Amino acid sequence: MNSKSSAPPSRSEIKRQIQLPFRKAVEISIKSIRIRMGRSIITAGGILLGIAFFSSVRMSAMFADIQNEITKDRKARIQAGTLKPTEKDTKLIAASAVDAVEERGAANRLKWLSIMGLIVCTVGIANAMLMSVTERYKEIGTMKCLGALDSLIVKLFFIESCLLGLIASALGFVLGWLAVSVVNLVVLGLEAFGLPFWLGSVQLGLFAVAMGTALTFVATIAPAIRAAQMPPAAALRVEI
Amino acid sequence: MASQEYVVRTRGLMKQYTMGNQTVSALNGVDLDIYRGEYVSIMGPSGSGKSTLFNAIGGLDKPTSGSVFINDVDMAQLDAQELAYLRCHTIGYIFQTFNLIPVMTALENVTLPTVFAGMSTDDGIERGMELLNLVGLGDRYHHKPSELSGGQQQRVAIARSLANHPSIVLADEPTGNLDLKTGTEIIELLKHLNRDQGVTIISATHDLKMVDVSDRIVWIRDGVIAKIEAREDIELKIGEMEGELAH
Ligand SMILES: Nc1ncnc2c1ncn2[C@@H]1O[C@H](COP(=O)(O)OP(=O)(O)OP(=O)(O)O)[C@@H](O)[C@H]1O
Ligand SMILES: [Mg+2]
Repeated sequence: MNSKSSAPPSRSEIKRQIQLPFRKAVEISIKSIRIRMGRSIITAGGILLGIAFFSSVRMSAMFADIQNEITKDRKARIQAGTLKPTEKDTKLIAASAVDAVEERGAANRLKWLSIMGLIVCTVGIANAMLMSVTERYKEIGTMKCLGALDSLIVKLFFIESCLLGLIASALGFVLGWLAVSVVNLVVLGLEAFGLPFWLGSVQLGLFAVAMGTALTFVATIAPAIRAAQMPPAAALRVEI
Repeated sequence: MASQEYVVRTRGLMKQYTMGNQTVSALNGVDLDIYRGEYVSIMGPSGSGKSTLFNAIGGLDKPTSGSVFINDVDMAQLDAQELAYLRCHTIGYIFQTFNLIPVMTALENVTLPTVFAGMSTDDGIERGMELLNLVGLGDRYHHKPSELSGGQQQRVAIARSLANHPSIVLADEPTGNLDLKTGTEIIELLKHLNRDQGVTIISATHDLKMVDVSDRIVWIRDGVIAKIEAREDIELKIGEMEGELAH
């Protein structure tokens, strides 16, 4: 006969036993990302591409500004007679003088593209994370049958989404940053890579990674809470 | 059979499912007492409410009204943590579709409940291997569910259900997805656990092979208990029951 059934545990004993330490939860989450590596890469890919697109648009806008500054600066110096204009300069100055209107149009287009980038990125991340929670309803139901608390399940998805969001956003930013920088290195030359470039890059990098992580987190946590609060029977019944 | 103590009691158990403006009554007042150490089969035609009863007894779904007592504790009185503790320690679950976690190995699946119970990794692995050996799969511990046959997956699920020494094992058609021979092996394993470890086994089933090993059979129809028979009473009536199930 089972000895446990004769002595029911106290409430505090139950609380201690059922609450997993945070370190253990992190361990489970990392394992969960690793053992479904293929799926994780696809999910992360969605986030990564979204952030890469957004970053590349913002980087292009930044280079446009830098180029403007450079042109303006050179123009000033040429007019002051301290700089002898090259052929390229003459062309650039001529072009920028021709239409300030078109320049404003280009800036507007880039602004719109940035907003588009943000939307694409949000939808991509929400889609990837929603799928990755939905396809695990059955697993969530099973884990609840085995004694997992709702809060543990939410905690696992929280950690998992933060890790995944952080890594994927960072990689996405690097990808977008690198692509646009290389192109502009060829087009504009080393001159464009001064302090404004590095400051702008760091600022954009921090923003993109923070935003990607936050979006991933929000997109994960809402469906995860919903799934965790379902009675196990309902979660187990979900077929996708 | 062990002491005449009740391990599970249900009183006036009702469950209604509402879908749109339609209400389906799956349970219509079930009063059932199950003794500690018993092997009980719940039988009845498809749609009679077996799975609904399984979910209610196991605390996997809330009944619309009525109560379930596990070891004399009213399940409705438990808070979330106590309910999780109950699912973790007191009840083990076995499903028709096995419900193993596909990305985990057999050992990881069996060890998972010990993680939720706060057991250390080493103790959990030791317990997991002990159970895999018990169900005859000690050498397959590193295999994923997809690399195991249906019968083997169900053995892993049985091992998992026992991880934290439950006093009750609840099964919903554990042989439903298995062929005759594999099904018989699973039933023998369950009976073996029931006899040797004193685990109370409650199994919803269509499978007449279960009759042989059950102490009592609860017949359920349209969400009510039609009759309860002890094995002694029915041993000679299997042919008759085949007719009954075909209804
Ligand atoms: N989630 C649900 N939503 C709506 N109705 C449901 C739900 N689950 C079960 N039912 C209904 O409740 C009744 C009992 O279903 P249940 O699954 O308990 O039957 P069962 O005896 O387990 O059948 P089977 O032998 O086919 O598994 C059926 O009429 C079914 O349609
Ligand atoms: Mg059923």
